[in-house]
Amino acid sequence: MNYTLIFSIARALLVSRLRQTLVAAIGVTFSITMFIALLGFMTGLNKMLDSLVLNRTPHIRLFTEIKPNPVQPVSIYQPFRNHYNFISSIKADNSRDKIYNSRVIEKILRQDSRLAGIAPKINTQVFYNDGTVNLTGALSGIDVAEETRLFNFQDYIVGGNAFGLQSNSNSIILGKTLAEKLHANTGDLVQVITPNGDRFPLRLVGLYQSGLNEFDKTQGFASVSTVQKLMGKPDDYITDIQIKLKNIAAAPAIAREYAVKFDTDAEDIQTANAQFETGNFIRTLISYAVGITLLIVAGFGIYNILNMLIYEKMDTIAILKATGFAGKDVKLIFIFIALSIGLAGGLTGLVFGFGLSSLIDQVPFHTASLPTISTYPVNYDPAIYLTALIFSLATTWMAGLFPARKASKIDPVIIIRGK
Amino acid sequence: MNNIILEARHISKYFDEPVNVKILDDISFIIGRQEFVSVVGKSGCGKSTLLYILSTMDTAYEGELLIGNEIINGKKEQELAQIRNQKIGFIFQFHYLLNEFTVLRNVMLPALKMARHSENEIKIKAMEKLDMLGITHLSGKMANQLSGGEKQRVAIARALVNDPDIIMGDEPTGNLDKKNRELVFEIFQKLVNEYHQTLLIVTHDPTMASISNRVIEMEDGKILRQTKN
Repeated sequence: MNYTLIFSIARALLVSRLRQTLVAAIGVTFSITMFIALLGFMTGLNKMLDSLVLNRTPHIRLFTEIKPNPVQPVSIYQPFRNHYNFISSIKADNSRDKIYNSRVIEKILRQDSRLAGIAPKINTQVFYNDGTVNLTGALSGIDVAEETRLFNFQDYIVGGNAFGLQSNSNSIILGKTLAEKLHANTGDLVQVITPNGDRFPLRLVGLYQSGLNEFDKTQGFASVSTVQKLMGKPDDYITDIQIKLKNIAAAPAIAREYAVKFDTDAEDIQTANAQFETGNFIRTLISYAVGITLLIVAGFGIYNILNMLIYEKMDTIAILKATGFAGKDVKLIFIFIALSIGLAGGLTGLVFGFGLSSLIDQVPFHTASLPTISTYPVNYDPAIYLTALIFSLATTWMAGLFPARKASKIDPVIIIRGK
Repeated sequence: MNNIILEARHISKYFDEPVNVKILDDISFIIGRQEFVSVVGKSGCGKSTLLYILSTMDTAYEGELLIGNEIINGKKEQELAQIRNQKIGFIFQFHYLLNEFTVLRNVMLPALKMARHSENEIKIKAMEKLDMLGITHLSGKMANQLSGGEKQRVAIARALVNDPDIIMGDEPTGNLDKKNRELVFEIFQKLVNEYHQTLLIVTHDPTMASISNRVIEMEDGKILRQTKN
């Protein structure tokens, strides 16, 4: 097959109807531009919402649930073995809120190659004291370095320094709203009262803003050792082990595995945030649906213009066939025309799409709940651009197929004799 | 048998619409090398239909067609296109050049399709053909800038470019004025006498018939008589 010849004929036909082909190409350009801007914006938004919750949520959380023991002594007692036991109002044993053997578990987890990392945590309730007022709140003991590496803790610090927790013992970071309620600035001392009634002054070294106000109103952070000291617990006292995986999709399976292996409770991120993925999926689906609809409309434009071109160029097609071009060659010529419209329109669309995306990226977007974001989030993932290009070629190819087939079936005798 | 260029054996054709009509009835003849054959007859006698069957463009007929001892019946569309490209040159009543291309490119096109020579060789060959017809000065013009007579001469050059076994014409002078008609006659005579080209021309023109070697007269789908000049 002589492709250069076929291509030169296709080009000549294109040039002879430059304005129409330009209109068709602009149609493709427009839809690809919108496709990219839409998907870039949508997936950018998705990613931002992901990071709002998912990035700082452990993929798996190991903890000990405070609940009644399912195996009560009476059911183990031999003489009652063949009896039914009815016990009402079973109470949970409150002494067991820590993870047993936390050192060993941590050691084993650090050797598991499926994990990106682990961060130990202690969650406890405290009162924050401001003069005569006690505010109920939560205090978490965290490993700042690991917390920052795995869950972007540093990103949410809006005042002071996260690593102050490491360098000063007896230091604390408070939620921004909580700090305002306590009239505390960084450097001030904050009075913390433990559940046991002990009062500790802690130095405020940073302010934290998660974007979730409910959270920021009650939450404080201190180092693991500070919280252990506050609560009078030994240094292996840990209530949570937060795990980040390399592959988030494996979380449910690994969570089940660890629950059995370590005899603790294990919660995976999919179970904890089930509604999240559904939202992401729907948003992406809508963007694709709109983008593809735009492309199909552009495809109809190309279809129309090619049909018109074929009616106009009947004579040309007939003469090509009479002088030895087979139906296949003629079909190829029109496919080439369709594809070059698609390619030219598509590539221009990629450039414009990138331009529009960067424009959206410049639009200021301030919201109290998202301290790290100052403009609209846009995703520049090359996969979007590749998908757009493939879609543009696929739709134009399909739009060209039927007119091209029609052209290939034109009977030259009818045209030549018909005059 | 090497001198037989084209042979029709018992060719018949029917038109189904509007009623079943036999448009060609048992046509048989042979065209030998270097013959100049013209087919004449009244409008509707089936002479053009016959030409399009012989040209392999129309495949719905009964009987056998041989081009250069090769049976054409049953060949695929692509093979037929190749035969048209290599063995047959066409001249139509309405010149049919491609307006998107220059004269030279128009002439080159069938040879480019055949792709047996490089583009430069084809260019030289096309210029030779234009020179032979005395129209080299037109080579750079676009096809739609030419007069009718010029267009027809370009069409003849295009028909010649692949050195076909036979040139077929459907009323090649039907749309031309007297001066251009005579020019075409001259060219045809030159092709036969100097270049030993085989011609099969369907025509209304008595002059065309008179300069050909053999005249096939048709009436109502049958060959009425064949006369040698």
